[in-house]
Amino acid sequence: MSDRTTNATIMNLLPKDRKLSSRFWTLMTGLSVLLICATIAIIILNIFVNGWDYFSWRFISTIPKNNFFEPETAGILPIIIGTTLKVFLMTVFGVPVGVITAIYLSEYASYNSHSTRLIRSAVNNLAGVPSIVFGLFGLGFFINFVGQNLDDLMGYSEPVWGKPALIWASMTLAVMTMPVVIVATEEAIRAIPRGEREASYALGATKLQTIKNIVLPRALPGIMTGMILAISRAAGEVAPIIFTGVAYFMADLPHKLTDQFLDLGFHVFVLSTQSPDIEKTKQMLYATVMVLLILTVSLSLIAVLIRMRIRKKLRSMSA
Amino acid sequence: MITDIKENKMTLNTIIFQTPVLTSNTLIEIKNLSVFYGKSCAIKNVSFNIKEKVITALIGPSGCGKSTLLRCLNRMNDLIENVRITGTISIGGQDIYAKEVDVIELRKKVGMVFQKSNPFPKSIYDNVAYGLRIRGVNNKSTLNEVVEESLRAAALWDEVKDRLHANAMGLSGGQQQRLCIARAIAIKPEIILMDEPASALDPIATARVEELILSLKENYTIVIVTHNMQQAARISDYTAFFYLGELVEYDTTKKIFLNPKEKRTEDYVTGRFG
Repeated sequence: MSDRTTNATIMNLLPKDRKLSSRFWTLMTGLSVLLICATIAIIILNIFVNGWDYFSWRFISTIPKNNFFEPETAGILPIIIGTTLKVFLMTVFGVPVGVITAIYLSEYASYNSHSTRLIRSAVNNLAGVPSIVFGLFGLGFFINFVGQNLDDLMGYSEPVWGKPALIWASMTLAVMTMPVVIVATEEAIRAIPRGEREASYALGATKLQTIKNIVLPRALPGIMTGMILAISRAAGEVAPIIFTGVAYFMADLPHKLTDQFLDLGFHVFVLSTQSPDIEKTKQMLYATVMVLLILTVSLSLIAVLIRMRIRKKLRSMSA
Repeated sequence: MITDIKENKMTLNTIIFQTPVLTSNTLIEIKNLSVFYGKSCAIKNVSFNIKEKVITALIGPSGCGKSTLLRCLNRMNDLIENVRITGTISIGGQDIYAKEVDVIELRKKVGMVFQKSNPFPKSIYDNVAYGLRIRGVNNKSTLNEVVEESLRAAALWDEVKDRLHANAMGLSGGQQQRLCIARAIAIKPEIILMDEPASALDPIATARVEELILSLKENYTIVIVTHNMQQAARISDYTAFFYLGELVEYDTTKKIFLNPKEKRTEDYVTGRFG
């Protein structure tokens, strides 16, 4: 009898007050998630509800002749094209340099040397620099230094390269988003099993062959992840391009890399601060923001789909 | 404990040992080899000769330097930072650490099979063809020929001939390891180094790999690191016993297992420590 009672006290599995605090934290964490989801839902809902009525095929396919504040005739085709070009060129300029940097850091540089650590911390700090500073850097370096010197070299009397242009804006954005690409690529490369690399070397492959045949194909999904992050950040950034390439208004599409361009993010700023009649252009503003959101999502979606195909190919090549 | 040892001795007695061709020539000459990782010394002044077209087993407890020694033979240690190697290793009379030696050419002659099977996430065919392709061999019929020949030599052909273009990751562990062996012999090396090639395999797969290793002896010189005493006893002609970075004893496998000179060797092969 007494045995049983001692056993019962040892095996007391009844709930303690722990339960209350556990419930409290479950509730708190759940609420936090809810708060974030609700905020995002409200933002998106607000934009779509207010912008949907004005949104039309005419609006996104029209090149406005002169007055882009007039709801009846305004269109944003050149603005959509400008934004897409900006993001595309940014990817073309930035991703290869970022990937090559990551390859250098993980394959060529010794992991813990002073210079590697210096480069790595520089990359990390670059990610924390405010975007307006990148804008000023683009103006100072790309336009005033590179551009003007190019003009001098070519002997142009009028500035061709030494003025705000699509190419400089894209390059500024490329510099800004490069850390993301570098970090994502480096992580992907580091995750490749050592065995695969060793197998390649043991078969007499050179470093370059190993990188080309083993490392890069394996790191491709990671590189794409970096690219997706870069694209979604660059698509909406305004600060780096104000000084380096965006135009207030252009009646035409950009034809050359040295042309200026129109940008959705900047257009949102123009519509909301420069409009002669805020009430009249409000609908247009909402529709523009909606287009910006859709464009950003679809640009990253394309990259996500490509990444999915690559992953699938990597995982199962079985016929 | 004592009965264990007796049993071990008895199982060793039942093994039919390989009878090495005593006349075969020395292929690898290791002289006063020491290897340091930073300040710690992994191999201490080791000298011995490995003969041609025999199987030499390197045995010893973990951390005794046997894998390090193996990785010196195709200079895989070059890939690790802070490794310092003194002494000489000659293969066929050529010092492989000499300045003029091209490490790529060396690794072409000295193939390697790793502990953990490491096929590339490519098709079976592409895995075997890798070594040739990186040398610029792209002729389809040559590649087909070598792939078939290597897979046959690795006793894998019949199992995979209908799915050569399937991903190698879909093979079983034992098949993957035999694929790695096929990949290594596709470039026709002189020597094949094996770092515990069967340690991650089940007994049946292990038996098949051992059979394969024995069949390769005809054409290749094999140096194998193993933790499995039975395995060393079954397949090797010569055995080198390492302990704490030193070569304790090196002789024919039969002598090492049945009649070792050193007490430490006897203790180890009978399972008294290690």
